Amino acid sequence: MSITASINLQRGSFQLEVKLELPAKGITALFGRSGSGKTTILRCIAGLERVNSMSLSVNGDVWQDEQLFLPVHQRALGYVFQEASLFPHLNVERNLMFGYNRVAKAQRQICFTETVELLGLSSLLKRYPEQLSGGQRQRVAIARALLTSPRLLLMDEPMASLDQSSKAEILPYIERLHASLGIPIIYVSHAIDEVSRLADYMVLLEQGRVLAQGPLQELLTRTDLPLAHSANAAAVIKARVQAHSDDYISELQLADGQCLAISQQNIALGTEVRARVLARDVAIALVPPQQFSVNNCLAVTLLEISDDPNPGHVLLKLALSDQVLLSRISRRSLQRLALQPGQLLYALVKAVSLDL
Amino acid sequence: MLSADDITALWVTFKLAVVSTAILLLLCTPLAWWLAHTRWRGRTVIEALVMLPLVLPPTVLGFYLLLLLGPKGWVGASLEAMGFNHLAFTFTGLVIGSMIYSLPFVVQPLTSAFQAAGGRMLEVAATLRSSPVDRFFSVVLPLSRRGFLTATVLSFAHTLGEFGVIIMVGGNIPGSTQVASIAIYNHVEAMDYASAHTLSAILVTLSFSLLLAVYALNRKFKVVAIT
Repeated sequence: MSITASINLQRGSFQLEVKLELPAKGITALFGRSGSGKTTILRCIAGLERVNSMSLSVNGDVWQDEQLFLPVHQRALGYVFQEASLFPHLNVERNLMFGYNRVAKAQRQICFTETVELLGLSSLLKRYPEQLSGGQRQRVAIARALLTSPRLLLMDEPMASLDQSSKAEILPYIERLHASLGIPIIYVSHAIDEVSRLADYMVLLEQGRVLAQGPLQELLTRTDLPLAHSANAAAVIKARVQAHSDDYISELQLADGQCLAISQQNIALGTEVRARVLARDVAIALVPPQQFSVNNCLAVTLLEISDDPNPGHVLLKLALSDQVLLSRISRRSLQRLALQPGQLLYALVKAVSLDL
Repeated sequence: MLSADDITALWVTFKLAVVSTAILLLLCTPLAWWLAHTRWRGRTVIEALVMLPLVLPPTVLGFYLLLLLGPKGWVGASLEAMGFNHLAFTFTGLVIGSMIYSLPFVVQPLTSAFQAAGGRMLEVAATLRSSPVDRFFSVVLPLSRRGFLTATVLSFAHTLGEFGVIIMVGGNIPGSTQVASIAIYNHVEAMDYASAHTLSAILVTLSFSLLLAVYALNRKFKVVAIT
């Protein structure tokens, strides 16, 4: 099952020419700078932009091709706009019911009360949009879209117009959607930290073209793409919470049995987590150092050495069983240690940020 | 106090205001919707035409209408040819006259309301499975209710105070085309200031109460939206 789209669009001097083949599960991020065409793609998928040379099918159902254009209201999708855009004349409950009531009973797969709970809206139902904070409004907008039981949820930078604390408030809810609902989500963003926290699959866009598409972990660490060479280049590795020790450390187990120690987190044992490791936080040793403050020392294999935009630096791609870590070290260290691809090394990980 | 003719004049005025406002709202809703959304270049011509009654002296408007609707006019003559009567000096003529006279006062608020209610909110509604017709009734109309209220009141009040167009198109026939403003003029001409006073006072009170009610309603809409 997948979502396939092919869009050809010319608007003034802007040209969009993309072919997408997206998995029909998990979160797919459309990532790129402003003006790269992310939002336009989302609007085309929704049918909000009418493009003649476009085809789109969702899980085998054709929504658009040469002959067919399914109007927006007949597409089983949910759309969360950048601004919450709640109906000002309706209270929260009636905003939520707007789409819910317009879906045939037999097609409703999402329960009203569960969704209200999932997004923490129980106490807000009788309020009007102007009485809500930005974060609350966006939660209502997400719930409202979900309640149409969409087969595809489109989110257009749902956090871009929110302040830092509202963002922190929304993120866990989106992660919960990801974990508890089987609805594929296409998520537009220009914030890499958001993307690497949420997405499973990623489409990298540049000036209306697809630079690359693939699993998030792969794209983040591909040295032929700009992400791995940015200042905040990071790899995402999957791990499982294994133990909480009494010296305030939580231990994460990686697939190959190695262990990552992080400062204690309030997460249930056995939970699958994503650990984000910045390339600049990983140092390299030829033998495991003994008297050293860094706790995390992982055995890795050097896959690839590539140049970094800063001529004094090089980027190392390291294999951690089937996952990949990035390390940025100085060119001098590279020469001093005489590193070669295929070599067994020790990655000293100074800092890890954790996403559920 | 009020003579039988005065009461009739008030009744004609009221009837005229209600009828022409009602028809105007019906006709101007699609027109304003179109104006709010079309990208057609010729739109400006239509906009200018709609606003024309605002700047024309009512007598000019009335004069042309009289020519048009009268027995020798294009409309009047066609009607007579079809076996109907021409429209000069009739109540129907008055309705047509005051509709044209009040046109900008209905189209303008509706167009602004539709412009404000369109765009993003309509897109949102569409993504929530709302069909175009459904969108108009469940999103556009409720969001434009202030526009409708303003249009209704302006058109109604404007027709209450109409004089120039009516005297040209309808003349001054008591019981059929004589409205309050003309009755007042007649009283003053006849030096009957007492009767002029009474009718004028009634019109002032009526118009003021109407506007008061509107502003109160407008506030109430706002309050309803907050609680």
